[in-house]
Amino acid sequence: MALDPSSLVDPIFGRLSLDSLPLHEPILVATFAAVAIGGMALLAVVTRQKLWGYLWAEWITSIDHKRIGIMYMILGIVMLLRGFADAIMMRLQQAMAFGGSEGYLNAHHYDQIFTAHGVIMIFFVAMPLVTGLMNYIVPLQIGARDVAFPFLNNFSFWMTTAGAVLVMISLFVGEFARTGWLAYPPLSGIQYSPDVGVDYYIWALQIAGVGTLLSGVNLLATIIKMRAPGMTLMKMPVFTWTALCTNVLIVAAFPVLTAVLVLLSLDRYVGTNFFTSDFGGSPMMYVNLIWIWGHPEVYILILPIFGIFSEVTSTFSGKKLFGYSSMVYATVVITILSYIVWLHHFFTMGSGASVNSFFGITTMIISIPTGAKIFNWLFTMYRGRIRFELPMMWTVAFMLTFVIGGMTGVLLAVPPADFVLHNSLFLVAHFHNVIIGGVVFGLFAGIVYWFPKAFGFRLDPFWGKVSFWCWVVGFYIAFMPLYVLGLMGVTRRLRYFEDPSLQIWFVIAAFGAVLILFGILAFLVQIYVSIRRRHELRDTSGDPWDGRTLEWSTSSPPPAYNFAFTPIIHDGDAWWDMKQRGYQRPQSGFRAILMPRNTGAGFVLAVLCTIFGFAMVWYLWWLAIASFVGIVGYALWHTFNYDREFHLSLDEVVRAENERTQLLAARS
Amino acid sequence: MNRLRILALLPLCAVLAACDMVVLNPSGDIAAQQRDLLVVSTVLMLLIIVPVMALTLFFAWRYRASNREARYEPDWHHSMRLELVIWSAPLLIIICLGAITWLGTHLLDPYRPLDRIHAGKAVPEQAQPLEVQVVALDWKWLFIYPEQGIATVNELAVPVDRPLSLSITASSVMNSLYIPELAGMIYAMPGMETKLHAVLNRHGESEGFSANYSGAGFSGMRFRLRGLDDGEFANWVESARTAQASLTRETYLELEKPSEKEPVRHFAAVDAQLFDAVLGMCVQPGKMCMHDMMAIDAKGGLGLGGVYNVARSTESRPRAVFGAAHDYVIGMCTAPVSRGEDETAPFARVDRSPLRGAGLTPAVGPASAGLYGVRLKPDLQSDLHADLTVPR
Amino acid sequence: MSHALTDAQAAARDVFHDAHEHDHEAGGSTLLGFWIYLMSDCLIFAVLFATYGVVGGNYAAGPGPKDLFDLSLVAVNTAMLLLSSITYGFAMLASYRKQIGATQLWLAVTGLFGLAFLGIELYEFAHMIHEGATPQRSAFLSAFFTLVGTHGLHVTFGIIWLVTLMIQLGRHGLTRANERRLACLSLFWHFLDVIWIGVFTFVYLMGMLR
Repeated sequence: MALDPSSLVDPIFGRLSLDSLPLHEPILVATFAAVAIGGMALLAVVTRQKLWGYLWAEWITSIDHKRIGIMYMILGIVMLLRGFADAIMMRLQQAMAFGGSEGYLNAHHYDQIFTAHGVIMIFFVAMPLVTGLMNYIVPLQIGARDVAFPFLNNFSFWMTTAGAVLVMISLFVGEFARTGWLAYPPLSGIQYSPDVGVDYYIWALQIAGVGTLLSGVNLLATIIKMRAPGMTLMKMPVFTWTALCTNVLIVAAFPVLTAVLVLLSLDRYVGTNFFTSDFGGSPMMYVNLIWIWGHPEVYILILPIFGIFSEVTSTFSGKKLFGYSSMVYATVVITILSYIVWLHHFFTMGSGASVNSFFGITTMIISIPTGAKIFNWLFTMYRGRIRFELPMMWTVAFMLTFVIGGMTGVLLAVPPADFVLHNSLFLVAHFHNVIIGGVVFGLFAGIVYWFPKAFGFRLDPFWGKVSFWCWVVGFYIAFMPLYVLGLMGVTRRLRYFEDPSLQIWFVIAAFGAVLILFGILAFLVQIYVSIRRRHELRDTSGDPWDGRTLEWSTSSPPPAYNFAFTPIIHDGDAWWDMKQRGYQRPQSGFRAILMPRNTGAGFVLAVLCTIFGFAMVWYLWWLAIASFVGIVGYALWHTFNYDREFHLSLDEVVRAENERTQLLAARS
Repeated sequence: MNRLRILALLPLCAVLAACDMVVLNPSGDIAAQQRDLLVVSTVLMLLIIVPVMALTLFFAWRYRASNREARYEPDWHHSMRLELVIWSAPLLIIICLGAITWLGTHLLDPYRPLDRIHAGKAVPEQAQPLEVQVVALDWKWLFIYPEQGIATVNELAVPVDRPLSLSITASSVMNSLYIPELAGMIYAMPGMETKLHAVLNRHGESEGFSANYSGAGFSGMRFRLRGLDDGEFANWVESARTAQASLTRETYLELEKPSEKEPVRHFAAVDAQLFDAVLGMCVQPGKMCMHDMMAIDAKGGLGLGGVYNVARSTESRPRAVFGAAHDYVIGMCTAPVSRGEDETAPFARVDRSPLRGAGLTPAVGPASAGLYGVRLKPDLQSDLHADLTVPR
Repeated sequence: MSHALTDAQAAARDVFHDAHEHDHEAGGSTLLGFWIYLMSDCLIFAVLFATYGVVGGNYAAGPGPKDLFDLSLVAVNTAMLLLSSITYGFAMLASYRKQIGATQLWLAVTGLFGLAFLGIELYEFAHMIHEGATPQRSAFLSAFFTLVGTHGLHVTFGIIWLVTLMIQLGRHGLTRANERRLACLSLFWHFLDVIWIGVFTFVYLMGMLR
């Protein structure tokens, strides 16, 4: 470590050596063994069932937005398990490490865990889940056959996955960053983090970031250009509106992350002086830039969730959404305001009082449209006829939980209060309160709500309720103690504690985390049980909840082409309006439909990018150059493929539509 | 669900009463005022949060599908009056909160010198705050008392009811100085100075620590805060003066090296310019201080010749793989002159506002601040390239 | 929105689907999508400009703009890029007239101007590095090389794209797809021109005034 790294770089293996494998960490060795055995078993099953061809042809190369959406969801759920494993290890460590005991994790391991937990939960759990839902639902809600750029969609997904793969590789080859999830320099600079951890961080985020940005461009173009005739902006479903705003945020925020990570990597690889303390660099510039991305990022996550709650509340209250236009304006206002509040993440870095007040007050202003949204949901319930199915239960739990998180958020926006609460466990409790109480609850509401649309059968309600109660109660037990600890002056990222009076709170929090674990397990059981019981839970109507928006007008699952005829929209709740007016589904006059062709290009490019990222992390220059040339060359080669569409034959369309006709007839 | 939660709250209240919520019951006036703000804001927000939560539960219960008595209006979706209320109610609260924020932020600005010891007692006119210079090292805290000429590691002793003026910086990475009993936190950042004005009103011991993750030894980066009365403080200073070691640049460079869980240490004497050198990142002999660099840069740099005034550090340290062979800029004056005897007394510090980490202003501020608190004469400034030795 | 639908049909309250629609060729959103992508690229440059604005005066007691920049060289450089934009315009005009040969010729001229621009830029970089003004010497130089270099990288990829497109034009002619691609590259090329005007003003001209 003390040596000049350049003298250490092997021309063939770079920094990579047998020592890079964490063989001295029994926890990691055991995890690796488990993952290896599980992975082998999975591969064996896939091979045995001869599924490779199917997977390749129907999923990996699929450019169907619905398939891609489902793959995003699977990625998010798999990564949730990893991120949650990190969480429970932290809770365990903090519950144990008292009175001279340093717990069971050394600093090298623990510090990676809290960094990985944050990075994974935001980038590889919340983002894929949110993007997956938008991908699946938005084209259906606007009456489109696919997104604007179907190939790009596939590529975006695989790039996100490539980033996740790099993070997972860091678990077993080398290490992950030990810097906290935003990797502030100088700590993340080469001088204080000379090993591969921060490089894994940089390349994982950089590669996944390309995917996110392109999917943002894609959905934005889709929503702007591909709405069904008659669907003016103010007749768009609220979920689509929030998706529009979120993708505006993605397109306007992620380039900043890309740029700032480029600058950090230049500092680390080339020795430039952007964020160093010597030679005129400015570490605070990094902090500013990363939060100019980072604050909009939290709204990227929560806005579509607000959309989900709007759809759910209105559907299960059997009412039109209260205050549609104020809901839309609130979303737009939040979108804009989210760009001028970033400094509230570092009031305590010595900005002047006026600057702090400005950013504090702009932050508080965001709570006005957010509050308006809560009221809108509230008055949607008012004089409704509320069916407490699972999505609605999640929504009520959200409304009760989120306002607490919102309140502590505004509290943290008061700079003098932030001076005593910044970086404390109160802060940790706050953002988990809004992310779990908001984003996660919303994702579950969305998953349960749209699952029958995607798979043709509902999720088992019993296990869903078990999961719901474990999550909700577990959340309160896990995070309310952190509020208390924050008020006791305990800050975040600590590995051990001296004051024994704190221990009880950490034990309670760990217990809450275990409850959440049961919540996650119950969710997995729910999926398993539902697949087993799929015939009982089958939805043949395509509209199991008596929905209001266009996606419910299709069969469950929808055919590859979504709509045999492009719908024409007259009202905000398009499907509700159609039902009210006795809409008759057309049963003849179908035509062959022009469809984009599947392609493996996105997958190949993403694999090359993963190799490139890995090579850059380990200074395998030859491999980096080779894979980079491969990426550019393959991308160029792909542009020579002009044959990207085909006609889905009339026979197939007719067959799919007749099947649906029969299903519907069997119901009545 | 609400019933469950209320049940869960009962034992919680009992435990809450038993534990020591230092943020809600601090010993320092600044922290107490910050606490007040916290409480007021919370109450203000509860004005709207509580009704919303109650309404949520009430509506959820009242308009449940099985309750056929409740009115059902599937097409009612707009009411201008109601919309006005739901936008203006939060707006009003935010206006109140915004006003409080603006005032509170300015009043409790850590850069603002104190004007009261505690509620009802103003700072006496002639009172000088106790100056303490704080350096966050890997992974321990260094406190320099310039007036007393002593320094400590991991122990901050302060006289009760005397205003404190802390000047804070760091040696390597970002830390955050947080003493919950005393006042809110403020970052300690290399090459930048932050300030904290505060006062401790209660006698006794407590703890301070770093609130920003700074590497492997971060969890053990804690120090003792001792609130002493004037007599005790004088005794403490005296006892510190009897310590064996003194803090020279050499001892500092030794101390600066990463170490964990350092025991409390005292230094009987301190190099009077040490803090400025730490702040200028030029403790190591031969390095150019940040203040000089900024003054030179404000004049347009040192020209093409300037590319050569760099050197490689003798200590080996991790470098970028394609990086340059240099680690630092060579100082134009290699032998800092010590202050005269008469200057060890409290002196008016130079306004280093460009250095204080505002982050939004470019690092090149008003360049008049010269080396070691002495303003450069105008003629010297105009010829910086030629003569940057200490003007004196 | 782009559907062939009469107003009367759309207005009919009880018509819920378009029974007479035609195939929608993919790519109807390409220009918009590319435009959105360019805006995101613009933000990358915005960050680099902001970075240059913040640390551009931090010479670390090294050389500043006045010691390093040769305005007349940069003026020639700027002229190359501006001319390339004009010639790209001619390529577009030729493509509207469906003259494949002329389009390719103008594209080639554009590419040559682009190469000249890159050559001069590389010469400038090499000269500076030779004098010891490396990106590592100061934050100012880091920001300078990164901002100008990122622009240069964009031009490089633009030229690669341009050559690819010339080949594709040769193979497939001025098809709808190729016209779209020409239009996208046109947007890209002019975008780089606009960015360069920012660089020229903000970095070079204002640097000399600093």
